[in-house]
Amino acid sequence: MKAVGRKLGAADRRLLPEGRLAGPMPWVIAIMMFLTVLAAAAGLGLGSAAAGLNAAVGDRVTVQIMDPNPDVREADAARAADLLRHMNGVRKVRRLTPAEINRLLEPWLGAGGAGSDLPIPAMIDVDLGPGGGARVGDVRDALARAVPTARLDRNSDWLGPLGRLISSLQWLAAALVLMMIAATSATVVLAARAALDTHRGTIEVLHLMGATDVQVARLFQRRIALDAAFGGGIGLIGAALVMLLIGARVAALGSDLIGSAALPPGAWLLLIALPVLGILLSMLVARWTILRALGRML
Amino acid sequence: MRTFWVVYVTLPGMRWEPGGTGAEAVLRAAETIVQFDNVGLRYGTGAETLSDLSFSLRQGGFYFLTGPSGAGKTSLLKLLYLAQRPSRGLIRLFGEDIVTMPRRRLPGFRRRIGVVFQDFRLVTHLSAFDNVALPLRVAGVEEKDLKAPVKEMLAWVGLGHRATARPATLSGGEQQRVAIARAVIARPDILVADEPTGNVDPEMAKRLLHLFDSLNGLGTTVVVATHDLHLISSIGRSEMLRLDRGQLLDPTGALRNPPRRTDA
Repeated sequence: MKAVGRKLGAADRRLLPEGRLAGPMPWVIAIMMFLTVLAAAAGLGLGSAAAGLNAAVGDRVTVQIMDPNPDVREADAARAADLLRHMNGVRKVRRLTPAEINRLLEPWLGAGGAGSDLPIPAMIDVDLGPGGGARVGDVRDALARAVPTARLDRNSDWLGPLGRLISSLQWLAAALVLMMIAATSATVVLAARAALDTHRGTIEVLHLMGATDVQVARLFQRRIALDAAFGGGIGLIGAALVMLLIGARVAALGSDLIGSAALPPGAWLLLIALPVLGILLSMLVARWTILRALGRML
Repeated sequence: MRTFWVVYVTLPGMRWEPGGTGAEAVLRAAETIVQFDNVGLRYGTGAETLSDLSFSLRQGGFYFLTGPSGAGKTSLLKLLYLAQRPSRGLIRLFGEDIVTMPRRRLPGFRRRIGVVFQDFRLVTHLSAFDNVALPLRVAGVEEKDLKAPVKEMLAWVGLGHRATARPATLSGGEQQRVAIARAVIARPDILVADEPTGNVDPEMAKRLLHLFDSLNGLGTTVVVATHDLHLISSIGRSEMLRLDRGQLLDPTGALRNPPRRTDA
């Protein structure tokens, strides 16, 4: 009576009819995997965008000199820039040229709208480097003493709502991924139960010949794993095509903000791993379902 | 083939039991392979299908189970081949209480029991060869070791030429022979057959009975449920269990030996 819990071999796999791909389960899994990969990609892309934005502007401040007298404004701007260049903890100081300021105002004032009649503030872009947020107070105090007309704006202040929005979207993406996993598991449970009912006669015969629950469960596990592999592969390919298409459209927009939501290479590996995880999850869920159902039989 | 059979021939239900001298205990255990004590079976909340069954079967015995339709023959066989547990009473199989036995241990016992179902219960999408090979595959026999015995068994039941045929393409008699080949291929310790010759011609019935007889000669305990009196009388050393309305008509076993044919 050797090997009671023996693995059934290749020939034994025929014990269940090979009706693979005939049922809806591979296609349902394909749809689930398609949506899961897209949701995961969105979450990862948003995370990348948030990190990119923070690195790009989070440690920066903008200094505006708003005196209406152009001469005073110019003198204050030069003094403020000089002060900032000589401060510890300031990595880079760059004064925006009038042309750059005009370009920034163009959407509101139109081309050439920012003429000499309007008192346009002088602007200085200051990069405080990594961890610069903690030094903003020192910079503000120093500026207030040396150039009272200077106003300092932290870029992270207007990034805050955007950051919170991105964070919310990331959580939403994670919740979607979890819901897709739950839905896929439920699909596998239903498919396993249906398969069990369909093949109940064969299973009873196998049991009466001494097949163990694990032997029977392996037959179903294998079938469901193949269905999940097919569905997972189709879903991943579909999602990858959609992502490439969206990537091309985003690149065509030329927007730095939207373009920063690109997927890093590690994220692609994670996305490719999702179908593999889906197969493993399907196998485990199928095994658990079948063993539970068989446990209720004698 | 030979290796597999040798393995199973060395697996009689011999188990030392306390009481008496060691030799007596071994002898007793070797003789009694099935023990029913006050067994009752009830499906759901209905009346008892089987009541107060108490009997024992010897290892190597040949038993016919008879009785009118609805007497409970199939239910009794289900208890024997572990498709049901009794509602009450004690059943010992191969010296072990199988009523309270955890279900994870049942497969090991089931592999020692060959069953010919009344409705054959062949796996419809498998060929005759694969159906017959099923018990060997479940038991873990390698593919290279099972081809020869399965072919030989199919040839023995006269279906060597139908090895690749699916059950749907076989006649009732052919399906029954496949079912019988499947039941005996693993050389079980107990062979349980429910009307095994119901769909075959007299000549084939004789051949199949000869197969059962040969197995019995090798030590397999055979239990056959049948209405066929000719069948019963053709095995000289057989005993008879008679059931009626779920009860054994001969609880003492005094009338177990059926009348013999004198012209045989």
